[in-house]
Amino acid sequence: MLELAAVQGVSVPTPDTQDSPLAIRGLTVSYGQKPAVFSVDMTVQPGAMTAIIGPNGAGKSTLLKAALGIVPMVSGQVTVYGKPLTEQRARVAYVPQRASVDWDFPTRVIDVVLMGLSRQLGLLGRIRARHMQRAADCLRQVGMQDFADRQIGQLSGGQQQRVFLARALAQDADLYLLDEPFAGVDAATEKAIITVLKSLKDAGKTVVVVHHDLATVTDYFDHVYLINTRKVAEGPVAQAFTAESLQAAYGGRLATAQIDQISHALG
Amino acid sequence: MVWDALTLQLGYNATLVAIGATLLGVSAGVTGTFLFLRKRALVSDAISHATLPGVCLAFMVLVALGGDGRNLPGLLLGSAVSAWVGLLCMNWLTRRTRLAEDAAIGAVLSVFFGFGIVLLTIIQTMGAGRQAGLEGFLLGSTAGMLWSDAFVIALGGAATLGLVLVLRRPMTLVAFDPEFAAARGLPVHRIDLAMMGLVMAVTVVGLKIVGLILIVALLIIPAVTARFWSERSERVVLLAGLSGGLAGYLGAALSASAPNLPTGPIIVLVSFGFFAVSLLFAPARGVLAAVLRHLRFQRRVHIRQGLLALAQGQTIYEPLTLRLLRRAGVVRADGVATETGKARAAKALRDEKRWQVVRADLAHEATAALYDGLRDIETVLTRDQIADVDSRIGGPQEVQP
Repeated sequence: MLELAAVQGVSVPTPDTQDSPLAIRGLTVSYGQKPAVFSVDMTVQPGAMTAIIGPNGAGKSTLLKAALGIVPMVSGQVTVYGKPLTEQRARVAYVPQRASVDWDFPTRVIDVVLMGLSRQLGLLGRIRARHMQRAADCLRQVGMQDFADRQIGQLSGGQQQRVFLARALAQDADLYLLDEPFAGVDAATEKAIITVLKSLKDAGKTVVVVHHDLATVTDYFDHVYLINTRKVAEGPVAQAFTAESLQAAYGGRLATAQIDQISHALG
Repeated sequence: MVWDALTLQLGYNATLVAIGATLLGVSAGVTGTFLFLRKRALVSDAISHATLPGVCLAFMVLVALGGDGRNLPGLLLGSAVSAWVGLLCMNWLTRRTRLAEDAAIGAVLSVFFGFGIVLLTIIQTMGAGRQAGLEGFLLGSTAGMLWSDAFVIALGGAATLGLVLVLRRPMTLVAFDPEFAAARGLPVHRIDLAMMGLVMAVTVVGLKIVGLILIVALLIIPAVTARFWSERSERVVLLAGLSGGLAGYLGAALSASAPNLPTGPIIVLVSFGFFAVSLLFAPARGVLAAVLRHLRFQRRVHIRQGLLALAQGQTIYEPLTLRLLRRAGVVRADGVATETGKARAAKALRDEKRWQVVRADLAHEATAALYDGLRDIETVLTRDQIADVDSRIGGPQEVQP
């Protein structure tokens, strides 16, 4: 593990944690005795689209979940826009992995999107026309407006993913965290999702995505964060997404041919 | 007699029981739905069995203090305390040890119930006469129900319903997507505990009428019944309350209409009746609907395959296919295609070729996903698109059935 840290060649001047939408310091998370994420720092750049990449079991999803307080951390500090997460919940939207949900649950597409408005609605607030309007708008953004009344189990995997994204959009947050949104989705969905994410970025929002497809990193993202239990590299794609850092993160798990291909693509 | 019972004409006790059972049914149905949606239905079984030691201990304390051992609020308070202890044990076992929830449920259920039975036996050998009716908490006993008992049940049921109303949104959110709920800052663990606390309240309230062994049925069956009729959680909750309340009312009335019919078990059976009807006849999720859907699908597959076989000049041996084709007027009794049959067969083959083009073309990706071998191409493509596809296939441009 220590020699991995040595190849961190890339270190970008990090802004003060005050300005970062999501700053993580010394985060360790463990399921049982073996750390899934060990002593990790992360400083998300405001207004950027960042990909978190790394091999299976490298702690990509765990990093996000710990940052959101979904799994307990053993040690570490997380600040969101310079303040503790608990004070900033409303500014953070999360899109969990599709597999985390029971798709036979009795709920319609529009109801799922309305869940994104739970803060505005409160415990007893009535769902009013403007709430429905907002939910319908979010569905339109992901191209799912015709499915509003379907039970969610009747959708394809890609469509379900888009509904999850619409629910996050309804929250109108500043920081969007997505866990593997492109895993197992069709090409139409991938295109729809990336379009929405890019428009979020254009609106000045910050987007962090756990990503598995190395081939699309350069097309989709401007920042990248490589992790394999420990942080391997962090920075703009051109500087941090290199053959060396990939080799360091994936070790033998990535074929040399793949790495050559990527470094070739990067020029 | 039954009519008298249904219109609450059978006297004071029967009326009290019917009102109490209705309220209990509504609150159990509504509360149980959230447990069912959270996939924790069996937790209610452990909670209900864990009430028994509390009932017995409360009785002993009441008697030792020189009071009436059958004081209902006192007994219910005792049962609530021991059910809460059972709940915490189960929660601790699941969260802090490697035991899975089903094992924790089994452990808590059997140990608490066993302990309760021991205490019950001790009480029965204690001072005679005063223990009367304690074993009634096992299966419920409504014979000597007092106005004050009914009042306690009504109050408890109403309070539970009110709390469910307040907590319905967080409970639904946690049941559907606990990770998202946690990310929104909801205290998932405490909401779960609150939900189980409400279930406990219903259980305690229901001890007098249906007893601790059968209360599970009132918590789960209405929820499962309601699920057959709606795809929306809030409607499932309402329908579960309705079916639970109706079962409580009808069950209580029926049991009052004849001597020696136990109230609790009859309520459970009525509730099961609603479940059975829903299971068979619910329009979208029922068994009958599923069978009909499958038959219709099978018929379409056979006809389509038959048409394609005809178009390619193959002989059809499958008797079902032949029968369906004959009935559709595609082939004559001797198996030879009619004029319409030939046209339809040619159209089917043409459609199949068109689908091939569509599926090979990335531009038609969304359409291609709809391919199931059965759909007419006109239902997914416009005339212009079909003409474009046809121009790529070549051959005759127009094939009409």
